Amino acid sequence: MTTATKPKQKSDVFHQYLRPKKKFPNVWCPGCGIGIVMGAFIRAIDKLGLSKDEVVLVSGIGCSSRFPVYLDFNSLHTTHGRALPFATGVKFSRPDLKVIVITGDGDALAIGGNHFIHACRRNIDITAILINNHIYGMTGGQGSPTTPSEAFSTTTPYGNVEKHFEPCDLAAAAGASYVARGTVYHAVQLEKAITQAIENRGFSLVEAISNCHTYFGRLNRKGDGLAMIQSFKDRAVPVARAGKMSEEELEDKLVIGKLHTTGATEFCDEYQKVIDAHKEK
Amino acid sequence: MSNGTRKLLQGNASCVHGALYAGMRFFAGYPITPSTEIAEVSSRELPRVGGKFIQMEDEIGSIAAIIGASIAGSKVMTGTSGPGYSLMVENIGYAYMSETPVVVVNVQRGGPSTGLPTKVSQSDTQQARWGPHGDYTAIAIAPSTVEDTLTETIRAFNLAERFRTPVTVLLDEVIGHSRAMVKIPEEGEYEIINRVKATSSPEEFEAFEMTPNLISPMPAYGEGYRYNVSGLTHDTHGFPTNRADEIPIKLNKLRDKIMNYVDEITKLRVEFMDDADIAIISYGSVSRTALQAASIARQAGFKVGCIQLCTIWPFPEKEIKALCENCSKIIVGELNMGQIVEEVRKVISDDKEIHTLQRYDSEILTPMQMLEKLEEVL
Repeated sequence: MTTATKPKQKSDVFHQYLRPKKKFPNVWCPGCGIGIVMGAFIRAIDKLGLSKDEVVLVSGIGCSSRFPVYLDFNSLHTTHGRALPFATGVKFSRPDLKVIVITGDGDALAIGGNHFIHACRRNIDITAILINNHIYGMTGGQGSPTTPSEAFSTTTPYGNVEKHFEPCDLAAAAGASYVARGTVYHAVQLEKAITQAIENRGFSLVEAISNCHTYFGRLNRKGDGLAMIQSFKDRAVPVARAGKMSEEELEDKLVIGKLHTTGATEFCDEYQKVIDAHKEK
Repeated sequence: MSNGTRKLLQGNASCVHGALYAGMRFFAGYPITPSTEIAEVSSRELPRVGGKFIQMEDEIGSIAAIIGASIAGSKVMTGTSGPGYSLMVENIGYAYMSETPVVVVNVQRGGPSTGLPTKVSQSDTQQARWGPHGDYTAIAIAPSTVEDTLTETIRAFNLAERFRTPVTVLLDEVIGHSRAMVKIPEEGEYEIINRVKATSSPEEFEAFEMTPNLISPMPAYGEGYRYNVSGLTHDTHGFPTNRADEIPIKLNKLRDKIMNYVDEITKLRVEFMDDADIAIISYGSVSRTALQAASIARQAGFKVGCIQLCTIWPFPEKEIKALCENCSKIIVGELNMGQIVEEVRKVISDDKEIHTLQRYDSEILTPMQMLEKLEEVL
C-alpha cells in the first residue's frame, strides 16, 4: 500500500471513525455545516485518545441527530427531544462511559426543553453538542425556539412574532458546569471547545452555530452555505474581546469561546457516595 | 431485605422486592398516585444493593432513562399510573422497536385523563396492548394479590429479558395499596433469566441477527460491539432502512419472537372448572371477588368455575376456548366498561351466553355483586 508511507492526513483520522458497514452518502444537504461539527468532534475524540468502545453517542430526531449513525461508536438514535434522558440512563448506569449527546435547536430546546434544563441542573457528566441552525431542517424549514424574531420560516410566513432562546444562557442558568459557543466557520476553536467539554466532569454544552442555507438561508435571503458560513466569521467575537464591548456593539454578534464554568459536583459521583454509605456489606 | 423472611408489605413494595430479587439495579420514575411507593421503596432499597435510582423530570424521561440503562447493561424498571403510562407510550414503542428489555408497572386508577387518582380501575387493559402506535406484540401480566405481585414481577423481568421486549405489569390501586404478609423468596427459589449475551466477535456481530428463536444476543454498550440502536425501522445490523424487502423482516420478528412462544408466556389460574357450567373470567383484584363468589356458589350446589388471566397479553385464546368448551354461560368481570370481554367474544362460539359484570364507579366488585350476577344468569 502506497498510502502507508504517506504522512497521516486529516481525512485519514476522519475515515478511521466512520462506520465500516454504513452505506453512505449521508442525509445532509451539500454544504451543510453539520459535517464540519462531525469533523471537529472526531478530531477532539482522537486528540483525547478515547477508545471507540468507551464512547456512547446519543441523539434525538432531526438533521443533527443522524450524526451518531455514521460513526463507529456505541450509538443510540432515540426519539424526538429525548436524547438527554436516554443518555442520563446510559451514563448513570455506566459512569465509566463517555456519553455525548448530539442534538439540534428544535430537538433540545422545544420538544426536549424540559429534559435539557434538568440535565443541566443535575450536572450529570454528559457533553451535549447542540447544532443550532435556527430552523427545523429535516421537516422542511419550520420555525424553532432559536428562530430570531421577524425571521421567516415555513410556519412564520409573515415573520416570527416570538422571542428566541439563547441556549448558552439557558444552560448556564440551569446549572451546566461548562458552556461554550462556536460556529462551523471556526472549526479549530470548535474542536477545542468539544475537547474541553468532554474533559469537564459535569454537564457541558457546546452550541455550534451552523447553516441551514436550504431553508433558513433561502427564506431569509442569507445566501448559500458559503455565504452563511462567511457571515459567522464576520459576526463572531471572541469572548475576551466581547467583555470590552458595549451592548450596542454586541448587537447581532456571535460571542464565541468558553462562556461559563462552575466547580459544581457531578451527579453520578454524588450518588456513588450514597451507595458507598448505604450499601449492605 | 434478607431472603426467606416474611414481611408485612404493601402491594407496591412487594413489586419492588420482586424486582430486586429478579436483579433490578436501575429504576427511574416520577411520582404519581397510586404508584408512588414503588419509586419511594426503590429509592431506599437500590443503593443498599449497589443499584441506581433516579427521579426524572417526568414520565417521558423516566422511560427514556431506563431504556438507556438497559442498553448499557442494567436490569431496569419504572412504575407509574395511567396518566404517566400515557406519557410513556412513545418510548415504550421505542423499546419494542429497539428490542430493549424493560419492565413498566402501571398501578391503574380511573381515567380517562387525570380521572380518579386514588381510586381503583382496570381501564388501562387495552392500553397495555395498544399503547404505542404501530404494529408490535405486547406482553402484559396482571397480579391479583400482594404476594402474587412479588412473584409476577419476577416473571415480568424474566419475560422482558428472555424476549428482549417491554413487559407491562398491570396492578391496580387495590393491590398496590393493600398490605399482606409476603414471603421474600430464598436465593435460588425462583429461576432468574438474563438476556443472552453476544458470543461472536465484534467483527462478526450483527446487532439484530435473525437467530433461530428470533432473539438476538444483546451486548451492553462498552463491551466492544459498538452497534447502532434506533427507533427507525432498521435492518439486521441496526441501520435505518426504507427497503420493502427488509421492513417486514423486522416487523415479523417483533411478532413472531413472542407468538412462537406464546404457550410459555400464557399463564392462567383455574379453579372449579372441571365440571363447570358457568365460567367466570377475570384478572387482577377482581379474581379474588370471583373466587369467593364461586366458592359460595359451589357450596350452594351450582357448577361455577373461575378462570384467572395471569397473563393478559398475548390473550390466551386457545386456552379460553378449551376451558369454556363445556360451559354454557360465561361471565366476564372487570373494572372498566368492557375491555377484555371483547377478546372473549372473539374466541367463544355463538352458542354460549356471554354476560358482563362491569364496575367503573371507582369501587371494587364485591362477591355479593358477583353472586347477584350468577343468580341473574342461572
